[in-house]
Amino acid sequence: MSYDVPLAPGEQPEDLDLSTVAEHGFPLWEVFVRAKRGLSHTHVGSLHAPDAETAIQNARDGYTRRAEGVSVWVVRSAEIVASDDAESLFEPFEDKPYRHPTFYDIPDEVGQL
Amino acid sequence: MSEHAGRARFAAIIEADEKVEPRDWMPDEYRANLIRQMAQHAHSEVIGMQPEANWITRAPTLMRKAILIAKVQDEAGHGLYLYSAAETLGVSRDELQEMLHSGRQKYSSIFNYPTLSWADVGAIGWLVDGAAIVNQIVLQGTSYGPYSRAMVKICKEESFHARQGYSIMMALVEGSDEQKAMAQDAIDRWWWPALMMFGPHDAESSHSERSMAWKIKRIKNDDLRQMFVDQTVPQAHYLGLTIPDPDLEFDEETGHWRIGEIDWDEFWRTIKGDGPLNRERIAHKVKAWEDGRWVREAATEYARKQRARLGKSA
Ligand SMILES: [Fe+2]
Ligand SMILES: [Fe+2]
Repeated sequence: MSYDVPLAPGEQPEDLDLSTVAEHGFPLWEVFVRAKRGLSHTHVGSLHAPDAETAIQNARDGYTRRAEGVSVWVVRSAEIVASDDAESLFEPFEDKPYRHPTFYDIPDEVGQL
Repeated sequence: MSEHAGRARFAAIIEADEKVEPRDWMPDEYRANLIRQMAQHAHSEVIGMQPEANWITRAPTLMRKAILIAKVQDEAGHGLYLYSAAETLGVSRDELQEMLHSGRQKYSSIFNYPTLSWADVGAIGWLVDGAAIVNQIVLQGTSYGPYSRAMVKICKEESFHARQGYSIMMALVEGSDEQKAMAQDAIDRWWWPALMMFGPHDAESSHSERSMAWKIKRIKNDDLRQMFVDQTVPQAHYLGLTIPDPDLEFDEETGHWRIGEIDWDEFWRTIKGDGPLNRERIAHKVKAWEDGRWVREAATEYARKQRARLGKSA
């Protein structure tokens, strides 16, 4: 496929050492863009920059070249605290269908409810 | 989550056509395979700026120049989206860049061909971006979430690339005999390399099958190539250009254009580093990185001082 370079016969894929993720350069920032007024900021990707001000400038150039946004947030990636995405955190909701309006049978005659 | 549960969950996600996300458990080979493919893709976007940037100062009009700058800037953006997506897999940007500079990781061979005339800028947008689009549209359905999202964003920007290229070709074929000849010369040189962008026949592609099973890859090389040929041949005819393939013919039965055999020796030669410009492209990239060192150092120092100052006043 187009930008996927196949291994030439006899070649080995390069070794990757993920145990030492060394960052020598600028820190990583996550970028959030508000597409237009009235909408929340949405995560669009990340970039490297030496400081917050430069990160915002770079986010403008990198992620909003076609007026995709009216506002940008940048957050140091290292500062983000994430859930453990194993399902266990969310499973308890699945046996509580009564939290949803569709759980209740209401006769049509009652009208809008 | 135990590895056993993780493996089961990963299999279920792939089976259900859902997306794998960065913090999910995934097989080491899936991770390595993705890092490799996304890094090559990112490197290609970045190195891909060179052949076109070569013509920015010589664009025939101010409008074409502005368009070309915007296009090349988009490619830098594409590199950013893809590096950003690759970094979610635990590889650092520095390491990826080092692997490009040292030649341990590759980029698409298409960018090792020279841009000899302004018509080449048209041919690249039309054929090279055109081939990339066929590939990238399908990759929107890839199983790794950040890669898929990067593809969605890239696809939104790519059609401008192909259309501005085709519009350059249209202007040339409507021009003087000399300009028409330039357009023909460009397709003569770019047609086969563009077809090679889809990679070897699937039977000869070692990773193809596993990538399909993991849904990293969704359509086979030869099928993607055929999609590109079918959409592009009529576009060449519309321009009144001849496709440099004496065996090209329309198969009434299948409704597809049949092409002659690709020169696989040239393909592998270029991949192994003996293409026309392999060395120059990397040398130029490394030089740009080295030339920018003082800027990065100054920016880092400025940021450090700003932090120190804020720390004091707070
Ligand atoms: Fe691109
Ligand atoms: Fe492009």
